[in-house]
Amino acid sequence: MAAHDVIVIGAGHNGLVTAAYLAKAGRRVLVLERRESIGGAAVTEELMPGFRVSSLADGPGYLSARVRRDLKVESRVEILASDSVAFCPQPDGSQLTIWRDQARTIEEIARFSRADAEAYPGFVELMSRIGDVLGALMEMTPPDLPEVGMQDLRGGLGLFGPLRRLGRKRIGDLLRVLPMPAEDLLSEFFESPVVKAAIGASAMLGISFGPREAGTAYTFLANWAQSGNGLFRSAGVVKGGMGALTEALGDAARGFGAEIRTGTPVEKALVRDDRVVGVKLADGEELEARVVVSNADPRTTFEQLLEPHTLDASFTRNLRAIKYRGSSVRVHLAVRELPEFSALAGGDAAALRGPIQIAPSLDYVQRAFDCTKYGRCSENPYLDVLIPTLSDPDLAPEGQHVVSITARYAPYALRSGSWATHRDTFADVVVGTLAEYAPGIRETILHRHVLAPTDLESTYGLPEGNPNHGEMTLDQFFHMRPIPGYARYRTPISGMYLCGAGTHPGGGVTGIPGHNAAREILADAK
Amino acid sequence: MPRVTPLHSRVGPLCQGSRWEEWSGFLTATMYELDHLHEYNAIRTGCGLFDVSPLLKYDIRGRDAVTLMNRVIVRDAKKCRIGQVLYTTWCDDDGKVIDDGTVSRLADDHFRLTAAVPALHWLQHNAIGLEATVEDVSEQIAAVSIQGPTSRDLLAKLTNADLPNLRFFHCTQADVAGADAWISRTGYTGDLGYEVFVEPQNAVKLWDAMMELGDSYQMRPAGTVALDLARVEAGLLLIDADFISAAQTMFDVQKTSPYDLGLAWMVDLEKDFFIGQRALREEKEKGSRWLTVGLELDVTVMEKFYAEWGMPLHLPDRTWAEAVPVFADAAQTKHIGRGTSGTWSPVLKKYVVIARLRPEHAKPGNKIFIEEVIEAVSYSVPATVVKMPFFDPPRKKAWGAEAK
Repeated sequence: MAAHDVIVIGAGHNGLVTAAYLAKAGRRVLVLERRESIGGAAVTEELMPGFRVSSLADGPGYLSARVRRDLKVESRVEILASDSVAFCPQPDGSQLTIWRDQARTIEEIARFSRADAEAYPGFVELMSRIGDVLGALMEMTPPDLPEVGMQDLRGGLGLFGPLRRLGRKRIGDLLRVLPMPAEDLLSEFFESPVVKAAIGASAMLGISFGPREAGTAYTFLANWAQSGNGLFRSAGVVKGGMGALTEALGDAARGFGAEIRTGTPVEKALVRDDRVVGVKLADGEELEARVVVSNADPRTTFEQLLEPHTLDASFTRNLRAIKYRGSSVRVHLAVRELPEFSALAGGDAAALRGPIQIAPSLDYVQRAFDCTKYGRCSENPYLDVLIPTLSDPDLAPEGQHVVSITARYAPYALRSGSWATHRDTFADVVVGTLAEYAPGIRETILHRHVLAPTDLESTYGLPEGNPNHGEMTLDQFFHMRPIPGYARYRTPISGMYLCGAGTHPGGGVTGIPGHNAAREILADAK
Repeated sequence: MPRVTPLHSRVGPLCQGSRWEEWSGFLTATMYELDHLHEYNAIRTGCGLFDVSPLLKYDIRGRDAVTLMNRVIVRDAKKCRIGQVLYTTWCDDDGKVIDDGTVSRLADDHFRLTAAVPALHWLQHNAIGLEATVEDVSEQIAAVSIQGPTSRDLLAKLTNADLPNLRFFHCTQADVAGADAWISRTGYTGDLGYEVFVEPQNAVKLWDAMMELGDSYQMRPAGTVALDLARVEAGLLLIDADFISAAQTMFDVQKTSPYDLGLAWMVDLEKDFFIGQRALREEKEKGSRWLTVGLELDVTVMEKFYAEWGMPLHLPDRTWAEAVPVFADAAQTKHIGRGTSGTWSPVLKKYVVIARLRPEHAKPGNKIFIEEVIEAVSYSVPATVVKMPFFDPPRKKAWGAEAK
């Protein structure tokens, strides 16, 4: 008899969530991780001597409430929410901060537009209602259209409440807004470019589109649905960095009896007569299991772990059609002292504890995106900045800080040159851009560590540097994620499942794909 | 606007009535004289020379070339030896035929596939995860086909290849008329014959050398009308006549599997995975919708039908290719299939039809009825199910000592 019922390939957060749920249900689970540490794209690493950073993902706020509860995450790790949700310094020295506290936010907005301040509560209410519908949709296993069965109706019951609360009239609104550009949606409510950018920019963090592109309203709403704070994005940090969160998920899985082996790359999933029978490790060892779950993205799963020439042509055609197109660069700075933002002079320093957005207008973000259409990096990038050491000083030597920046847009596929040469050039542009808002920062930098899209691919196993295992666009959503007909976490190989961000509902450290996959695996065992 | 082949300077002036048609974007002669029967008779008694340069040709190379071929075709490419040629179909996921053609193994890691409809994208797409390249070499290689009983003797005058020992559906690299060539003992006539592939700049030299010897071997340049007649006698299927590519129709009812087409012999269900394998396994178990067979029509009965109108018997002198209803009974109450192409065979003196029938009616010797419309009135002509090919001379496959 095989030593394990289930092998999970990859100890990213979703792989760990799947492992935990399956172990909790009594399965003998083995998790195999290629790297020396678990966490995947949610890791804390000492990328600069003495400075630990959340290498890629840094937002803990998207983790599903259900997963937090079921896996007792909060008893294992400290999640530090910030009062500030977005600190938005402007080129003219002014600033707008969105606070968790709505009354405070309205006061801030009123400085830019009284009409926008008045529109804000209604906007939040409508978006939250729509977000609730999407939130319910995210926990569903998508149907195989057009063959909708009883199981889909049962799964769809969760939609009933949110849809009723949204109201008949506004269901029409939901269908209307999803395919819209985010900019158009925000312009229906707001007039100030500063306000629109403060609220809308972060929807572009996980997508290679600008806010004037169709379907970005969906991305905006998906963030809303997952942030769980009645706001458009997550805000806060994990004590110990994101790696502490995945360590907690790993502890939960181990607590239920799962075994996790790091430094153990899997070479192939072993298949006999269209059925998975185990895995072959890179060192040649073969391990048996009736169920194999891949936390890797679809391309890696089907093109590397499986033999793609044994899959149907229509399947591989759809596989090839999945858009990845990463366009983010991570720049980590180790700084001697806390950067001083000119826009904050005399203001509430708590504003810096949340995300800092360098995106003065959505037009600015759109222009930052435009270059990527032609394979160039933005010369005026949109920056999403976090200083985790304000809430969690232990990450850096005393009095010193980590500044982690997600810089957009910088395409994986460059028209000319390579990332080997562009890595530092673009990082210079990023630091230069930040210095326009925090003038003294350059002189305080002790170390800099840059992760280009190609680094995301080679080090973290994210094809084309897309952390979401495939773009989070409307055409790669729900029953179309990752492939129409295979959105139910199953694959053409019997016993082989997907549990990563490539499946519904996609990327972000939500744990929902992992949770949903475990549910389907257990349902098949019945 | 169709383009011309590398042989246009030769075939152009020969084509007396400018009777051209389009083949893969190139002008091709339907007949060189004003009637096709001389050309047909040359194929069966001397030889016919065809310009087949428009044939679509793809080179598949690389460490995984054999795996790519095996993923695509229904036959086992692993069993294809170097210098061997396979006639094969390739299917979609549902086991429905996309196209048919030949696959030649030119080296361990080099195959050449010929096709009727463009296949580059299909091959490239299916190379996913494989170390194999696909190149469209259609225009880098010109080709002539020499078909008929004297073809070997004529070609032997021009080449150093060991033709008597080149077996049916095998190919060899050789010098032909001073040019580097691949000689393939294949064709579309069901007769002794060869296809010769050369670089385009050598095509005219090759053609001229053959034409110079032509008179001594009763050779004539021949066009597609004569070829179409010969291919029906040989029981060889034609796309858009005997089947429709599954890639070119949206309707399941118009798609056919290799089993439907009478090509069960080529489907290797035991080999490595190929596209359509699952569906074909299921079909083999459950049975097919159709079976493609030959029909021989009773022309004496046909003659009587014409006599009712005071007319002499009319027989088709070239191949028709359209769906003609076939019935189990003369009263035409039970429809059992269709004729897909047919012709009067001059060499056999028989009216032969390729037909797709319900399998239970497709046993050899079974008597059925096929519609013949005379003066807009439908008649039922008795016909007998026969095995194909209709015409299968021993010289087609003869080799070694048998090939004098």
